[in-house]
Amino acid sequence: MRRQAIALLALVALTGGPAGAQERFALVGGRVVTNVGQPVDGGTVLVVGGRIERVLPPGSAAPPGYVVVDATGRWVTPGIVAGLTQLGLSEVTGGAEANDTRAPRAAVSAALDAAAAFNPHETSIPITRRAGVTTAAVTLFSGDSVFAGRGLVASLADGAATPLRARAFQYVALGQAGGRIAGGARTAAWAELLNGLEEARRLTGGVAMPFRDQHRDLRITREDAEALVPVVKGEQPLLVRVDRASDIRQVLTLPRIYPGLRVVLVSANEGWLVAREIAEARVPVITLGMENLPASFDQVAASLNNVGRLVAAGVTVALGTPDLDASFQPRLLPQYAGNLVAQGRIPGGVGLSWDQAFATITRAPADILGLPDRGRIAPGAVADLVLWTGDPLELSSWPERLWIAGREQPLETRQSLLAQRYRPGSADGLPQGYRRPGATAPAATGRSP
Amino acid sequence: MKAALAAVGALALLAACSGPPRPRPAPPSAMGQGAGEAAWVSTYRPIPGVPTVIRGATIFDGKGGRIEGGAIRFEKGRITAVGPTVEEADAVVIDGTGLWVTPGIIDIHSHLGNYPTPAVPAHEDGNEVTGPVRPEAWALHAIWPQDPGLSRALAGGVTVLHVLPGSANLFGGRGATLKNVWARTAQDMLMPGAPFTLKMACGENPKRVYGARNQMPGSRMGNLALARQTWANALHYRATGGRQGQGPPRRDIAMETLLGVLDGRILIQNHCYRADEMMHMIQMAREFGYRIAAFHHAVEAYKIADILAKEGICAALWADWWGFKMESYDAIQENLPFVHAAGGCAVTHSDDAHGIQRLNQETAKALANARRLGLAIRDEEAWTWISLNPARALGIAERTGSLEPGKDADVVLWNGPPLSVYSRPLKVWIDGGLAFDAEDPARRPLSDFEVGQPGSGELK
Repeated sequence: MRRQAIALLALVALTGGPAGAQERFALVGGRVVTNVGQPVDGGTVLVVGGRIERVLPPGSAAPPGYVVVDATGRWVTPGIVAGLTQLGLSEVTGGAEANDTRAPRAAVSAALDAAAAFNPHETSIPITRRAGVTTAAVTLFSGDSVFAGRGLVASLADGAATPLRARAFQYVALGQAGGRIAGGARTAAWAELLNGLEEARRLTGGVAMPFRDQHRDLRITREDAEALVPVVKGEQPLLVRVDRASDIRQVLTLPRIYPGLRVVLVSANEGWLVAREIAEARVPVITLGMENLPASFDQVAASLNNVGRLVAAGVTVALGTPDLDASFQPRLLPQYAGNLVAQGRIPGGVGLSWDQAFATITRAPADILGLPDRGRIAPGAVADLVLWTGDPLELSSWPERLWIAGREQPLETRQSLLAQRYRPGSADGLPQGYRRPGATAPAATGRSP
Repeated sequence: MKAALAAVGALALLAACSGPPRPRPAPPSAMGQGAGEAAWVSTYRPIPGVPTVIRGATIFDGKGGRIEGGAIRFEKGRITAVGPTVEEADAVVIDGTGLWVTPGIIDIHSHLGNYPTPAVPAHEDGNEVTGPVRPEAWALHAIWPQDPGLSRALAGGVTVLHVLPGSANLFGGRGATLKNVWARTAQDMLMPGAPFTLKMACGENPKRVYGARNQMPGSRMGNLALARQTWANALHYRATGGRQGQGPPRRDIAMETLLGVLDGRILIQNHCYRADEMMHMIQMAREFGYRIAAFHHAVEAYKIADILAKEGICAALWADWWGFKMESYDAIQENLPFVHAAGGCAVTHSDDAHGIQRLNQETAKALANARRLGLAIRDEEAWTWISLNPARALGIAERTGSLEPGKDADVVLWNGPPLSVYSRPLKVWIDGGLAFDAEDPARRPLSDFEVGQPGSGELK
């Protein structure tokens, strides 16, 4: 704990606080969920320069010089970290030519870079932020190769023009879907995966990659092999989408073939059948957590106990939305975490404690994504903070105010503005088309506390 | 997967929120339009039950009321008493202190059985995509009763579900209203006395499916042109009595469905997203003399909530789906409460094998979004969105959808406040029979598909 705090403070010293967020403020009197210890009822969170300074014990007044935000009767938590999303890549999923998640006719695959398509002005970003999400991993989907390309980590801060971290991971689809893409069966998917990693390893060994018109028969482009070099070196995690227990076991053999490879399982809906093996391999999991139907023969054993059993076995589990899905949305991750708590309260159910569940949407994804200064309220951590009306996992709560790196964020969205336009009792005067809700709203950069 | 299903599988409900068409027996007529219903009657048999009393519980009655520390008694399949106290003699008495009782949840829009899991091509039976006008198709004939999703929905408190054809077609075919019991055939699940429904669709799906084949409809113009011509054909069929030249009238299965609608026996459930297109559907219904029971999905219902209330048309809605196609782009998170606040008939629907397991949570989210905006709606009022309102839209409000003496004993006992994310059904009764018990593995149905599979013993 202390070592971590020191490390984070050192990070602050190195990088400084986020520009333009130098003010000091204090969230006073709320239930503070720090994620690094027991919640502090009535605690005070001090923020300086966009980072957490410290948490004062209950009853502490804010020191002089801090702008006070009254959090009495409310909850203060780190911002939600969405372990996997498609935010910024698809304004409308179908029929609108506004979807960059998949490039099945591209000349390259692993080399595709989500940062080239990521749109920080997509309307989904404020919509997701309004629900308390401050950081999100963004992935591409596999097109005509099992390799989808390089995903990123985005801050959902208003006006954040560039990703927090580009080229944060490589994504690959195996299982039935990967098999279909690779040539008709999962045997082909596995062969394609190994071929790509093998070509990358040759590059790391100083063997020059020949061009296509040279002697060797290549089944991967030079750009793709180069994109996989950081993966085989362990500099970029390899996110592997897989569900069936037998496929998971197969994936767990990869680090033996390629030492240093950092595998993260995605979805893993049958993970609970092989939970101990996953834990022993120290492989983390990013999953929706809500699959309990045999949607395909890859997941006949899908159960809401999956996450509970994985965590009990010692696996680090983060929640995310592996599919771009109308039903399961990144903004609903707190609901899914709440369901994992509920699962633990019914006979035969294996769920999570509240603290464990909240960690799956904050600290755990931050750790898996290599963001040790997010997902917690600890000295030196980035001040991504949410002030909730109540328990953040409960459906009756919502974020009242939200800060990213110490900057207060606007919570208006295209949806909330449309709702204002058609709000019951508002139908008088000119037609709705003349109403411009939000026209008098604060500037898009948001209020400062 | 689910988005794809939503894109194709949207259905419309015909709901009459005020003064719903009452289901009537269907005597075979000269044209035989009632013959179908007469031949395919329900073979449902309730699970045997015992006289049961729950006392000391918080009760949502399903029609907007609430009783603190209340009691309910049911026997022989029917509710016999609801109030602060009830007669407890000769009944199994359950202490409901700290627990909650609601009517069983009704999902007005499901594809369990006709788009079951595993969602493999062999199981895709929700859309008869060989032509845009298929009123002759019946969902009943495509429902696989071994869909594992049915048991998941039961664990979520769903006692009645309406399974519809998908939305690829302008006229998708008849829907079926089922009691959510394990059964060997869909007919064994069919709710006795529930009227048949007809799924219609407007908007993007039909024109996309058939336009891609250079076939009508390829546009929204074509959608309306073909739908109107179909209704005109139905009126002609009715006028001629199905006679063409000499000889006896010939049964036309498609026309039997359409005539059932024109006669008010079959309820229109109309998949439609956009406000302007819902208005076209209403206008078409006026032109040909039928009523729409409910619009399904109706992402823009909030834009015409006043009109829907005046017309007595229910709006069956998601809490918060959006952005999966253009006609869902203007979604707001207050659609359900805005329809409710306008005095209309709001219905929370799933259209999804996951969503149907948590219709209480979907309702709770929409309620919180309303409160975030300052609209005051009580918890027990919002429960009408998954109980009495869908019952009205399906023409079964006389039988179920609220906890009242004489109604079917479709009852859920919850382990906490039913709109909380942390709550789950403890017990679910359907027609007074204990169909699910969280505390008794012997009272949890398992589909044949799941027998002997990896992990089949695990709680799902």
